Amino acid sequence: MDLAIIGVSVLWLFLFGYIIIASIDFGAGFFSAYSEIANTKHVLHHIIQRYLSPVWEVTNVFLVFFFVGMVGFFPSAAFYYGTVLLVPVSISIVLLAIRGSYYAFQTYGAKDSKFYVLLYGVAGLLIPASLSIVLTISEGGFVEMVGENPVLLYKELFFSPLTWSIVILSVVSVLYISATFLTAYADVAEDFKAREILRKYSLAWSGPTILSAGLIIWQLRQHNELHFANIMDIWWVFALSGVFFAITVLFLWRRKYYSLAFWSLIIQFGLAFFGYGVSHYPYLLYPYLTIYDGFTNDAMAQALIIAFIAGFALLVPSILLLARLFLFNRTYVKGEEQRRY
Amino acid sequence: MMEYDPVFFSRTLTGLTLAFHILYATIGVGIPLMIAIAQWIGIKKNDEHYILLARRWTRGFVITVAVGVVTGTAIGLQLSLLWPNFMELAGHVISLPLFLETFAFFFEAIFLGIYLYTWDRFENQKKHMLLLIPVAIGASFSAFFITMVNAFMNTPQGFDLVNGALVNVDPIAAMFNPATPTKVAHVLTTAYMTSAFVLASIAAFHLFKGRDHIYHKKSLYLMMKVGLIFSIATVIVGDFSGKFLAEYQPEKLAAAEWHFETEEGAPLMMFGWLDENGEVQGAIKIPYALSILAHSDPFAEVKGLNEFPEDELPPLIVHYFFDLMVTIGMWLTFISAFYWLAVKRKWKVIKNKLFNFILVLSGPLAFIAIEMGWFYAEFGRQPWILRGFMKTPEGATSAAYVDTMLWLFVGLYIVLGTGSIIVLIRMFKKNPVERELEDHAIERGER
Ligand code: HDD
Ligand code: HEM
Ligand code: HEM
Repeated sequence: MDLAIIGVSVLWLFLFGYIIIASIDFGAGFFSAYSEIANTKHVLHHIIQRYLSPVWEVTNVFLVFFFVGMVGFFPSAAFYYGTVLLVPVSISIVLLAIRGSYYAFQTYGAKDSKFYVLLYGVAGLLIPASLSIVLTISEGGFVEMVGENPVLLYKELFFSPLTWSIVILSVVSVLYISATFLTAYADVAEDFKAREILRKYSLAWSGPTILSAGLIIWQLRQHNELHFANIMDIWWVFALSGVFFAITVLFLWRRKYYSLAFWSLIIQFGLAFFGYGVSHYPYLLYPYLTIYDGFTNDAMAQALIIAFIAGFALLVPSILLLARLFLFNRTYVKGEEQRRY
Repeated sequence: MMEYDPVFFSRTLTGLTLAFHILYATIGVGIPLMIAIAQWIGIKKNDEHYILLARRWTRGFVITVAVGVVTGTAIGLQLSLLWPNFMELAGHVISLPLFLETFAFFFEAIFLGIYLYTWDRFENQKKHMLLLIPVAIGASFSAFFITMVNAFMNTPQGFDLVNGALVNVDPIAAMFNPATPTKVAHVLTTAYMTSAFVLASIAAFHLFKGRDHIYHKKSLYLMMKVGLIFSIATVIVGDFSGKFLAEYQPEKLAAAEWHFETEEGAPLMMFGWLDENGEVQGAIKIPYALSILAHSDPFAEVKGLNEFPEDELPPLIVHYFFDLMVTIGMWLTFISAFYWLAVKRKWKVIKNKLFNFILVLSGPLAFIAIEMGWFYAEFGRQPWILRGFMKTPEGATSAAYVDTMLWLFVGLYIVLGTGSIIVLIRMFKKNPVERELEDHAIERGER
């Protein structure tokens, strides 16, 4: 396999990791805020806080890892995307900053304020919406070259139905992923009241998720024929993804195997995500930049891959430790242990 | 109306974000070490005051880390957003340390999460303290790697530029460029020094307010001692940095000293101003000192600004940045040494209110020195973004709306800055030391 493919696969894997962990985080923030309004705070708040507190900073590092890796493996992507994304990504940064810091401020310091909780919840939905613009732009048609420099066509972007379908998918899948995870988490914690509410959310958002995903494929047919044709070539990946979607919903519906339901959801999204990535190949930014003309030199690529393997060997045991202490530790999850820090 | 100039706004926004990030990042590098020291002493002496110090610092630290993380994410993205041309070039050569930095963060973030939530999970306090080691290592390594990137901008190497194409790239040579040793060492020692003085300031503030608890005295004494050690280290490494500059970036040193003519036995100029003829007026002149700083030899020759092309000279304002940094460095070394002596000799002055107020100023002064040091290093590199290869305007973005983004981020930093301060104050006011000590005592009584 060539180095460019290894590089892009590593990055795609981390982006997938970020999407899953961040979705859980963003959605949890939203449900927590919603529970303030819906008067279910006493049921949901506790379970959500238990999960969120120890892991929020780790979530952010996944994102940092992705964009730093992008600059490393594909310096030209830094040039193209850096130039065109100034406004959308700046907005995402501000939202991320508000959300991240106020989470810490509120949890560790200040008094409970309804306003912050709402801000926090809403920001959690706006961030995926604004970040997903990057995927839309990568489909081509929204960037024009003026001389040497790429320029973003704001108006085309804003009025494109593709933009809005991707935004909708990002928001609803955040809610779906998060609700499914929290259902399983509440089940482990034996907090059945919370589990019932979360299970309802999860089922409610499952339909919109699959519908909006279909909508995007349909939109792509008009927008980027090549990509659409590539998707059709590997239609079976997306079909399989649909099967796992059905399994998740079935388990949830039957109130069975909640953890398995979540794993099946991961497989569903994983298949769709990697299917999407593969069908996007070889373009990073259609039609200007492929992974081959954007790739770094071999010396750097090898150094990065070695660094990646070494770093990974260090990280995996640490992440497992974190997970063992907080995610799979029944005393912690149930909240029986005293918590002071 | 001023014409829209993306270069100007990119520079301003980069400078603003970094100047803001560095305050939180410096603490982020240094505080884990201070927490570890306090907890270690607490365990060794079996003194709950030190353990409580570690706990309370950790709680505050969580808030500053949060701001450090979000502003760091901002600068990380802004490097590509504002300097796409520079990052395309630099990405080929220096992205390895940037990439390694994310692993350092990862490591730090994971163990900080564990450390925070496991205060009472371990029977043995020592085990809990062990968790701090990866936190401190991760934080210091992130500074180590990012400073390498900055060092590379000053003394780029590890590649050849042939007809505009990069060849023979050697990522390791790029990382370990000539600026790396002094820069990394100086950044680390100043981070530890600043963190110690910031914590000392807090203790001094309580004593100044008349809260005479032994807890605050222990804290002040410990942090002043640590601050003294690291400020001596800082001055020594700062001296090496001067020698590095004399050899590799003589124009930066000359600009800092307003040293126009190459000469032997050059004097050091402190402060002062330039008159119409470009002569230095009102400066404190220390004979031979510049030659000593540059070459450890009072009669050595020091290159002056007249040897460099006019369009490659850094702005002369860096003189003040440099002088302020050095003055503060000397002052903090002196005051912490004086305090240490005063405690040893039991001089009465340590009870004096005014003296305590002077100690309160140490933390803010250290912060100012950090800012001045970076302003010196960064303005002093101008007009280059990659010294000798790319000038700053060539690296900048061509995108529209950089000015609007500047205002957006000004707003963000105001919110984050005031938010973090308010939260910190509220957190500690709500839960004063005396009360917490009492709570712990009651708890132990019940067990
Ligand atoms: C608490 C902060 C602090 C203090 C007290 C000092 N410095 Fe410093 N200095 C820094 C904080 C700093 C810094 C923020 O860490 C810088 C900015 C960039 C860098 O590499 O370190 C720096 C840069 C810097 C440079 C430029 C290096 C370069 O551009 O490569 C020199 C020559 C010195 N320092 C020298 C000194 C001397 C002789 C000091 C004597 C007291 C001193 N510094 C005190
Ligand atoms: C953290 C402390 C730092 C501070 C306070 C700081 C401050 C500044 C300031 C004030 C400028 C504007 C200079 C001018 O326009 O004349 C600047 C420019 C810049 N700095 Fe730094 N800097 C820091 C560290 C770094 C590091 C670690 C890097 C790289 C990894 C870096 C990269 C840049 C770049 C790319 C620019 C823009 C180009 C230029 O003006 O040279 N800086 N910084
Ligand atoms: C161009 C310059 C810089 C870039 C691109 C940068 C990037 C970042 C990023 C992306 C983060 C957040 C990581 C996370 O999500 O956990 C961060 C945090 C941090 N940065 Fe920076 N940084 C820069 C300058 C510096 C400098 C000069 C230092 C140290 C001297 C520093 C020390 C830290 C530390 C210690 C943290 C962790 C947060 C904390 O513990 O407070 N950074 N930085």
